Amino acid sequence: MEPGEIHALLGENGAGKSTLMNVLYGLYHPDEGEILVDGAPLRLKGPSDAIAAGIGMVHQHFMLVPVFTVAENVMLGAEQVRGGIAGFLDRRRARREVAEVSQRYNLRVDPDAVIEDLPVGIQQRVEIVKALTRDVDLLILDEPTAVLTPQETEELLAVMRSLKAAGKSIVFITHKLGEVKAIADRITVIRRGRTVGTASPTASRDELASLMVGRSVRLTVDKQPAAAGRPILEVAGLVVDDDRQVRAVDGVDLTVHAGEVLGVAGVQGNGQTELIEAIMGLRPVLAGTVTLDGEQVNGWSTKKVLRAGVGYVPEDRSVDGLVKEFSVAENLVLDIYDRPPFGRGLSLQPDAIASSARERIAQFDVRTPSADAPVGTLSGGNQQKVIVARELSRPLKLFIAAQPTRGVDVGSIEFIHSRVIRERDVGTAVLVVSSELDEVIGLADRIAVMYRGRVIGIVGPDTPREEIGLLMAGITPDAAPAAESAVGAASPAPKAQRRAPDAATPAPVGPGSEDET
Amino acid sequence: MTNPNPASGSPDLASATEARPAQVAAGGVDRAATATATAGQPQPTKPQPDRPALGRLFLENLWAANTVTVTLLAVLLAMLVGAVLIIVSDPEVLATYGYVTARPSDALTSSWAVVSEAYANLFKGAVFDPEASGFTAALSPISETLTYTAPLVFTGLSVALAFRGGLFNIGAQGQATVGVILAALAGFLLPLPPVLHLLVALLAGAAGGALWGFVPGILKARTGAHEVINTIMLNYVAVYFLAWIIVQNGVQSPNRADAISRPVDSSAQLPRLLGDNLRVHAGILLAVLATWFVAWLLNRSTFGFELRAVGANPDAARTAGISVARTYVLMMAIAGLLAGLGGSQMVLGSTADALTPQVVAQIGFDGILVALLGRVKPWGVLLAALLFGALQAGGNRMQSYSGISLELVTVLQALIVIFIAAPALVKAIFQLRAARAARLQTSLAKGW
Repeated sequence: MEPGEIHALLGENGAGKSTLMNVLYGLYHPDEGEILVDGAPLRLKGPSDAIAAGIGMVHQHFMLVPVFTVAENVMLGAEQVRGGIAGFLDRRRARREVAEVSQRYNLRVDPDAVIEDLPVGIQQRVEIVKALTRDVDLLILDEPTAVLTPQETEELLAVMRSLKAAGKSIVFITHKLGEVKAIADRITVIRRGRTVGTASPTASRDELASLMVGRSVRLTVDKQPAAAGRPILEVAGLVVDDDRQVRAVDGVDLTVHAGEVLGVAGVQGNGQTELIEAIMGLRPVLAGTVTLDGEQVNGWSTKKVLRAGVGYVPEDRSVDGLVKEFSVAENLVLDIYDRPPFGRGLSLQPDAIASSARERIAQFDVRTPSADAPVGTLSGGNQQKVIVARELSRPLKLFIAAQPTRGVDVGSIEFIHSRVIRERDVGTAVLVVSSELDEVIGLADRIAVMYRGRVIGIVGPDTPREEIGLLMAGITPDAAPAAESAVGAASPAPKAQRRAPDAATPAPVGPGSEDET
Repeated sequence: MTNPNPASGSPDLASATEARPAQVAAGGVDRAATATATAGQPQPTKPQPDRPALGRLFLENLWAANTVTVTLLAVLLAMLVGAVLIIVSDPEVLATYGYVTARPSDALTSSWAVVSEAYANLFKGAVFDPEASGFTAALSPISETLTYTAPLVFTGLSVALAFRGGLFNIGAQGQATVGVILAALAGFLLPLPPVLHLLVALLAGAAGGALWGFVPGILKARTGAHEVINTIMLNYVAVYFLAWIIVQNGVQSPNRADAISRPVDSSAQLPRLLGDNLRVHAGILLAVLATWFVAWLLNRSTFGFELRAVGANPDAARTAGISVARTYVLMMAIAGLLAGLGGSQMVLGSTADALTPQVVAQIGFDGILVALLGRVKPWGVLLAALLFGALQAGGNRMQSYSGISLELVTVLQALIVIFIAAPALVKAIFQLRAARAARLQTSLAKGW
């Protein structure tokens, strides 16, 4: 690493990027080898040593206390006290530091805002500010863009550039090739714990991708035009609350036809999760109806919905999708364990479960030491393949995939995408929810954009991504012609079949308003 | 202990599986060795396998921090601490320490004498007395051990089952208490023919326990009320209900003034296995059967799958269409049923034939220890209950022959569980290597 350099670390999931960075930050200890800082070997006992050596880290999952203010979070771990023995916390000084740092690097944050009220992008900014107040020279960003909207990502990249200009070095961990090309000065590719190559940002995306997975991959999804059939899933006027009893889905109408992929795009937290959970019977429906192939299913238990021919890949695989302590084989039958041939009467049929597991593992290319290995020991991509294999191995009418490739390596993404399309081609209705715009555009035959609990627009996949990005920020093209012309998209209107979901109520946000709460 | 169990990893070196039976067998010898207070090497001399590589692996694995080794070392440590307590509590021995610098041999020999005698009596009371003459006397220690073991197996299984489902059933004591009340009532109030009477009494006990487990289960499922609090409170309710019902007309023994109920009819008694002079009764057979049943339920049944899924990750279970609420209710009812059966044996077996306020002793609370010591696996629970039963039986003899208080046994039991619950401690003391894939903490650390 050189001062004032942005060094991208690229690699598949489980390649060892995060492990390497955790070693750098002193969280793990190296078995062999050493770290050199300014030519001198460094032995880290913990993160505080790393900070002292000028290394700061922004974790993939933020390390912030949600109920504390920005200033309190920033001073956490380096609290300054005044008043001698009484030891009052010097909040004023923390506030001043926050203000100073955000001024210097042009990172706007309000020191008195409470973290849980802030959008994810700002929270991340707080993490960066926190690292910068510790006077670090090297900043590690672990998959910083995974949770950001396209706009927020742009802002983050701008912040990184200004940090670079201020002479800070940045290690940028990601598996998004576009961002790497946009910002990195040097790229190191890691595969299976080894450095497999160094590339310059001028290398093409395909070159980088093939370095990452060790073979060439297709980044675009190959598919025929959809042959949409009869409507399978119809959602009408759906109203759902989230866990805090705040309205999350506010009158959504959607139809998914057999043999088509409906993509739901939107920044996370705009009601997509609650919409899916309500369809699956995991969350009470307050108003409206959900109809599956002509039958009204709201009020059904999750088991009944699953039995009616719905496959569901939940958004958070480690929480909702898998039982980590269970073996791969057990996870492969997690929602069909009581169905023949896996369960007969009251008893399980271990032989049937084991043989079916072997089949699925081969069929879906799950890389696991054995079918009996606990699923928690697998890499993210392989865990996701286990879920996809489970859900796609029974006849389906509707397949719902929420963030199907989040935190999944390129090779697995390609595989999962092809499976989704194959399922569509056999006539299943597919609903894909993703905050990854590329994914939605690549997979979907129609794209519904959700914003604040409503479907703000349904567009075709050929719509320019800038326009969809604006929709995700709550700016409808009808309401904001100025914004559209600013984007300068080439004639989006004729391509997209566009209709406002609830024509009576205009989009909740006026023109030009940014997604800032 | 050999049943496959994904919730807590067991060392799965290829050789480990081969080594294990030998190790367990050796462990038995070892336990006996420590029981006679030879207090020597924790691992016995083991047969050398043919291939040296295998032998090395075996040795290495034996000294690794696997479940069996840690358990044995925990027992050893507990007995060492117990030895110190024995020495300290004996005034004569303590007196020799007054001049320990002048004549250290006095202190050492007297300590050795008192400790070895105590542990020898513990062993003789629990396993085998070499001086015993005759069939009955020779079998008597085993018979006593099995008598104490049987109810502990049930309460241990009760706690273990709920634990695997993610609930901490502190209420085995209360469930056993309600079980014993209903079993006793059925035992002396219903005039029924012999076999039927016993079955009805057992069923009544099981139903009582199941009811007492069902209540916290439904409260947890419907309202989210914490099962630990509710089961503790229900323990109190059960205890005072027992105290009240004993002195009611028709229940209290007509010719007694103190709190004791009428005796259970002989037609409702569990048959004794080895003649009338030995106390071991059919309860131990039921216990083995129950262990097998729980093992099947957990590992081979659809309900067990639901239970383990809910226990490990309720969110994923719910998403997969498993009804978490139903699982909680059913699981607590079955746990209560097991504890109720265990309680029933306290009047239908040979320990007592009438209700008294102390009739269930501590079997519910001991069941928690047994479950933890058995690593919340059914067959592990059976072995742990056997150890606790042996300590109880031996403790009786130790008290009457060596004059060492029975409470020492309770202390030993507690110490064993503490050392088990803190495997890091045992590992640190004995410098054990970390076994591959042996994640000791997981089984005990979950759900606390």
